[in-house]
Amino acid sequence: MKTAVIDFLENLGGRATSSIHRLGFASRFLLLTLQNSGMCFRRFSLIAREIYFAGVLSLIIILVSGLFVGMVLGLQGYDTLVRYGSSSALGVLVALSLVRELGPVVAGLLFASRAGSAITAEIGLMKATEQLAAMEMMAVDPVARVIAPRFWAGVISMPLLAAMFSAMGVFGGYLVGVRLIGVDEGSFWSQMQDAVDFKEDILNGVIKSVVFGIAVTWIAVFEGYDAAPTAEGVSGATTRTVVTSSLAILALDFMLTAFMFRGA
Amino acid sequence: MPTNPATDNVVEVDKVSFGYDSRQVLRGVSLAIRRGQVVAIMGLSGCGKTTLLRLIGGALRPSQGEVRVEGRAVAGLTHEERVALRRKMGMLFQFGALFTDMSCYDNVAFQMREHTDMSEELIDDLVLMKLQAVGLRGAHRLMPSELSGGMARRVALARTIALDPMLIMYDEPFTGLDPVSMGVIGQLIRRLNDALGATSIIVTHDVAEALKLVDYVHFMSDGVIIAQGTPEELRTSDKPYVHQFVHGQMDGPIPFHYPATDYARDLYATDA
Repeated sequence: MKTAVIDFLENLGGRATSSIHRLGFASRFLLLTLQNSGMCFRRFSLIAREIYFAGVLSLIIILVSGLFVGMVLGLQGYDTLVRYGSSSALGVLVALSLVRELGPVVAGLLFASRAGSAITAEIGLMKATEQLAAMEMMAVDPVARVIAPRFWAGVISMPLLAAMFSAMGVFGGYLVGVRLIGVDEGSFWSQMQDAVDFKEDILNGVIKSVVFGIAVTWIAVFEGYDAAPTAEGVSGATTRTVVTSSLAILALDFMLTAFMFRGA
Repeated sequence: MPTNPATDNVVEVDKVSFGYDSRQVLRGVSLAIRRGQVVAIMGLSGCGKTTLLRLIGGALRPSQGEVRVEGRAVAGLTHEERVALRRKMGMLFQFGALFTDMSCYDNVAFQMREHTDMSEELIDDLVLMKLQAVGLRGAHRLMPSELSGGMARRVALARTIALDPMLIMYDEPFTGLDPVSMGVIGQLIRRLNDALGATSIIVTHDVAEALKLVDYVHFMSDGVIIAQGTPEELRTSDKPYVHQFVHGQMDGPIPFHYPATDYARDLYATDA
């Protein structure tokens, strides 16, 4: 019994220290990436190419999801608001929900599963097939040539995708609320315009999406670079990217919301 | 870089030891590689051959001893000096390690674009010349996924010699190739080495193919050099390990069975 308890404690302690060790390693890796970012900004085509893969190719899923989320918000919002006789505030409800929360969070989750997983798998496979080692032997730093462009492409793409998600969602809410249900078009748009504050709502939403972009891409490039160079290692790393970055987005969202919207 | 005129050795490995964590991979290895030669380092899988290449390339640091390339200790180089040294080296990886997101042409052009200020017209000529040397100029637009194993290895070879290195290292260049591709790669290694005036190190366990083309062989087992000589000397060697290895025999100092408990006892144990 005594040894079982000691084993349990040792196991727990081992897991805790290895998690802290890994976090430290990931932080140093982020620092290394930032230090080696000069080259990809001088040769912006490297980042542009990755923006295409991480951002442009994620557009379809982001836009379609945004449209549906907005349409559902329109339906649900109208159903609730009409009970209080304030269906004209539907535009406000749709827009605020999207720019403050759903835009950055849902776009972040979709970005993690669409682009984050792809980044991890690609870097992991490059490592497994010795492409990164080959680059190093050619005196080209893989962190500067492979990691940094992907990191910055993700950081740049994420807020743009979140903004497009929100815009598409507002359009979806308009389609359902105004076109389908028949809420007054004038009050839908004018109340939205009055209630949505640029600094308080839109800017805070953008800040959230930038933070999520950094978190997701950081996790994605780190997991890929750190993956064991086997098929099993790469698949495990890809799964960890999606799970860890989804949890990170939700946790960060709570913290950011607590700081940004304190009911002032 | 200063050369060592006394011996004219490009690479000198001096009593080098190296280990990963608790596992000792190399134990006091010493060897020298002369300029202009094609040298094979042979041994069973996991005997430390690839580790030795990585030490020569400066990707790893020896725990004891010294690796010198052109008379200078690799471990003592600054980052810039190591980068400069690597630009004079080429390495062909086991499965080619072509960049899968680039065409054959861009793979060969990669180092030229990264390290030189050459114009695209000049790069174009050079890339086509390198691909012509390996017989694949016609395939320059193909992506690595469209190539057979042997073709991919040849494109990787063209990429390795892109900047005319003075030292070319091959990590298991014959693995997974059909006999024809194997012969082609073997001949290319020899021809390119002589044409470029380079020095080549081949790490392999493919005895038949390697003995045909190399000038000198070092045999490794368990992290130490156990025999060395010209291919002819090794073919006629009466050392049991070398004899078993060169002639591919089942019985000899290299055990066929993985260490296990007594056979009869294992069989009876399952009956009980």
